[in-house]
Amino acid sequence: MSPSALELAAAVRSGERSAREVVEDSLQAVSERDDDIHAFVEILADQALARADEIDSAVTAGVDPGPLAGVPVALKDNLCTRGVPTTCSSRILQGWHPPYDATVVERLVGAGAIVVGKTNMDEFAMGSSTENSCSGPSRNPHDYGRVPGGSSGGSAAAVAAGFVPLAFGSDTGGSIRQPAAFCGVVGMKPTYGLVSRYGLVAFASSLDQVGPFATTVTDAAAAFEVIAGHDERDSTSLEAPAPDVSAAVEAGVAGKRIGVVRELVDAVEPEVAARVREAAEAMAGAGAVVEEVSIPQFRYGLAAYYLLAPAEASSNLARFDGVRYGSRVDAPDAEGMNVATRTAGFGPEVKRRIMLGTYALSAGYYDAYYARAQRVRTLVAEGFARAYRRFDAMLGATTPTTAFALGERAGDPLSMYLSDTCTVPASLAGHPAISVPFGTDRSGLPVGVQAMAPALGEAMLFALAGALERAAPALGDAP
Amino acid sequence: MTPRVPQPSQLAAIGPDQVLHVARLARLELSEDELSRFTGQLASVLDYAAQLSELEVDELEPMSHPLPLRNVLRADEITPSLRREEVLAEAPAAESGRFRVPRIISEEG
Amino acid sequence: MNEAATLAGWEVVIGLEVHCELATTTKLFCGCLNAFGDEPNTNICPVCLGLPGSLPVLNRYAVELAMRIGTALRAEIEPSVFHRKNYFYPDMPKDFQISQYDAPINRGGRLELPDGTVVGIERAHLEEDTGKTTHVGGTGRIGGADYALVDYNRAGVPLVEIVSAPDISSAGQARAYVSELRAILVATGTSDGRMEEGSMRVDANVSVRRSGRALGTRCEIKNLNSLRSLGRAIEFEAARQIGLLEAGGTVVQETRHWDEDRSETLAMRSKEEADDYRYFPEPDLVPLAPEGRWQAEVAASLGALPAERRGDLLRLIGGEPTPAQVDQVRSVVASDLDALVVASSERGAPAPLALVRVANEVAAEPERARGLDADALARLLVLESSGELSASQSKEVLAELLANGGDPAEIARRLGFEPMDKGALAEVVARVIAERPEDWARFIAGEDKVKGPLIGAVRRATDNQADPAAVGRHLEELRASRA
Ligand SMILES: [Mg+2]
Ligand SMILES: [Zn+2]
Repeated sequence: MSPSALELAAAVRSGERSAREVVEDSLQAVSERDDDIHAFVEILADQALARADEIDSAVTAGVDPGPLAGVPVALKDNLCTRGVPTTCSSRILQGWHPPYDATVVERLVGAGAIVVGKTNMDEFAMGSSTENSCSGPSRNPHDYGRVPGGSSGGSAAAVAAGFVPLAFGSDTGGSIRQPAAFCGVVGMKPTYGLVSRYGLVAFASSLDQVGPFATTVTDAAAAFEVIAGHDERDSTSLEAPAPDVSAAVEAGVAGKRIGVVRELVDAVEPEVAARVREAAEAMAGAGAVVEEVSIPQFRYGLAAYYLLAPAEASSNLARFDGVRYGSRVDAPDAEGMNVATRTAGFGPEVKRRIMLGTYALSAGYYDAYYARAQRVRTLVAEGFARAYRRFDAMLGATTPTTAFALGERAGDPLSMYLSDTCTVPASLAGHPAISVPFGTDRSGLPVGVQAMAPALGEAMLFALAGALERAAPALGDAP
Repeated sequence: MTPRVPQPSQLAAIGPDQVLHVARLARLELSEDELSRFTGQLASVLDYAAQLSELEVDELEPMSHPLPLRNVLRADEITPSLRREEVLAEAPAAESGRFRVPRIISEEG
Repeated sequence: MNEAATLAGWEVVIGLEVHCELATTTKLFCGCLNAFGDEPNTNICPVCLGLPGSLPVLNRYAVELAMRIGTALRAEIEPSVFHRKNYFYPDMPKDFQISQYDAPINRGGRLELPDGTVVGIERAHLEEDTGKTTHVGGTGRIGGADYALVDYNRAGVPLVEIVSAPDISSAGQARAYVSELRAILVATGTSDGRMEEGSMRVDANVSVRRSGRALGTRCEIKNLNSLRSLGRAIEFEAARQIGLLEAGGTVVQETRHWDEDRSETLAMRSKEEADDYRYFPEPDLVPLAPEGRWQAEVAASLGALPAERRGDLLRLIGGEPTPAQVDQVRSVVASDLDALVVASSERGAPAPLALVRVANEVAAEPERARGLDADALARLLVLESSGELSASQSKEVLAELLANGGDPAEIARRLGFEPMDKGALAEVVARVIAERPEDWARFIAGEDKVKGPLIGAVRRATDNQADPAAVGRHLEELRASRA
């Protein structure tokens, strides 16, 4: 098992290891296995090594480079990086160099982290398998025949393969938690508004949040603390100070009331359900008060989500018109150029969602689809609120199944959408949630257990996640 | 008492004409088989979404945002703009400090 | 076409949509400079360029200016929500416009025209401006061009769109509405109101109906960038519609473009689905609900409005105003120079004289007028009214005052306008009387109409150095001494 991010940072800060050495190890691992896995779409070797040397000289000069000193990190390719291609795995953004860094990127660099590359994803974060990428699919490090999940599949795979101890992705309806579960790593979605969206290429603005992937809950907590906090460039950023969660990881769950959500157990494959029940028993064993709870509104979450997210996306993706940046397919007139550019530049899943969202917003359908879905979103939030009157946190499956085979669902969008059933409710409510590896299925594929907490309940969330991690059966040797 | 809105189930299933209309709105072109494939796929998703009509939600407030935030404002102060060269370097076509596009036919806005 | 003839038996119904750019330092959602006429694409950033990942943050001062406009128009300031208006156009960086839809910041209101007509205001909402497109080559006309060039300096500049009720019934009234609105914007410091620079843009909804009948089908006319074209376009469009109907045709609801050169309105090419804008609440912004205290501060900070200021000025002039004075008062207030009239009259200058000089000589130099020292102006007007300077001399001194400032008496001396001392004047008058005995006799006999010729003769004898008023007073004294 490769060292954790905090172990590496400690070694670099104490001068016991050089950042350059740490980055070289990371690049070495990538060069050995990424041809098979394809976690990365861009490797930034030179930039990373140069940055590593800066960190090292800071250390020698007695300056502390920060909590993530020298830690190699990978960024989903929808996080803007100044002067570095940011493509969202889309043909339409090939060759685009953003003139600015996302707030999250600024904070990571400010904390001493070293960006070693940009990771593969479903185009514009639309997908659950990282197969919808213009540069080809990523593969699950546990089984190259299977998907890593998505849309942040590249970041999940990069951590699972040991390329980097920390990676970052975006979660709109489960795009961090689901691939984390498939790849057997920790993946966390913060409370909406705790992490700045400035510089995150938008999919569905009212749902998108940036979050970390890590091999340990403690690393995830440390990474969360670095990226969370108010940003005046994001109007939806909360003024509330980012919760201090590192301390909570060891706090345990004794006396905490934990609800096991029936809808997130009954609806999933038996083997996954079995792991969730074992996790629940383990929490009871750790002193928590564990009870089953039903939140029937969850059954409608997915349908609402697949109207709301595409609607916002259809508007967010209008700007890709071939005028100001990215690729262009020429035509005699401007409208023809827009059409040719977008038709050639977007993949089928993105086109599907743009059309679905455009339809849901168009004259005559707005009330029946978009407005109704927004009301159902309220309904789901109320379901949570009722449950949180009785419980401090909630437990359920992260995904209905373990990692499925490449190509298995590519032909049938709806079946692909269904793999988000368990993660969508927390997204709609804007609540924090985390997926923690908890054993495997019969064929040795990782199973993720999802912990959920109320808005700004990150301390409770990480306490539960820490307890789950301690109780989890070993994954077996790292792939 | 909000007026009863049409239920998804009461709406005619989406057909090729609506799909074409929507594609036009979104500035997308569909080949014949794309049109039939997308029509089928959108229909099945919308059919799945029709289950929302089981719910009595007309009395609920539409939730467009998970946050109760209000009045987020910035001071009227200048922040640095981008260098024009840097921006135009990313443009598919530029001329004399401007972005160049093919002739515009429809007059809008 | 002769308007009056065509209009017989018809009513014209006009509603105006006025977009005005707010006088903020920066744009509506980013810190880029809000400036007119800069080098293309120099005031742009990730936000106003709509770069992927960028997010808008609302400019507090723009909201304040929108509230000022609402307050001045007697509108209700209400909790509002920004929506996205989705449509593709190259000068719109995000291919949607952030605007306000069913929850505008200002709802309702009224605007009273100088002639007493009250025009209802339906709403005045906040939205962002688009970039500027230049059509190059070919016929130069949209559609006929070879290609287009886009400058995004204007993209994201704050606009308030003021929508009137269809209460306007003639081209003249439409012009009066826009000039009164412009005066209000200038007076409240919310916009510079420069139509020629596009900081105030007008769209007109025009329909006609047989007197007393139901409303007709309306057409929206765009590209009205001067009061003149506004008036001409409405007259043309009304005549066109009446012509159509009288010929048994029908008016099609459409958007038409005013072609200044051809001086006619032309239907615009526009896609049939263009009006499906798919408005939905902008998820990157949060609701706006200015608290009562803020609204009160804005209301308190609002100075007197043009109508009120015109009233004050007329009262200051006193008496029954002449039509000329009414016009002078209107123009002086519209160009925001009434304070100068008030200040100089407070410092002893006769208000009517101050009004004339400010309305004419001072207003003619709008740039320099701002630098004009009211105190100096007052002292000059006192010299003029006391007769120490003639009107023509006073105007010359005023020109110098506007150009370089200084002390009026000092300037007069430099220009050689020495008021003649009484001794010298007496000699000239005596000489003139000797030359024109019969005029003098008639004057003594009380025939005042010869007074003018006498004064004129004296002025000629002093090549206009003598001040007419002073000469007149001297002649009166002489006559009195005879009695
Ligand atoms: Mg508008
Ligand atoms: Zn800007």
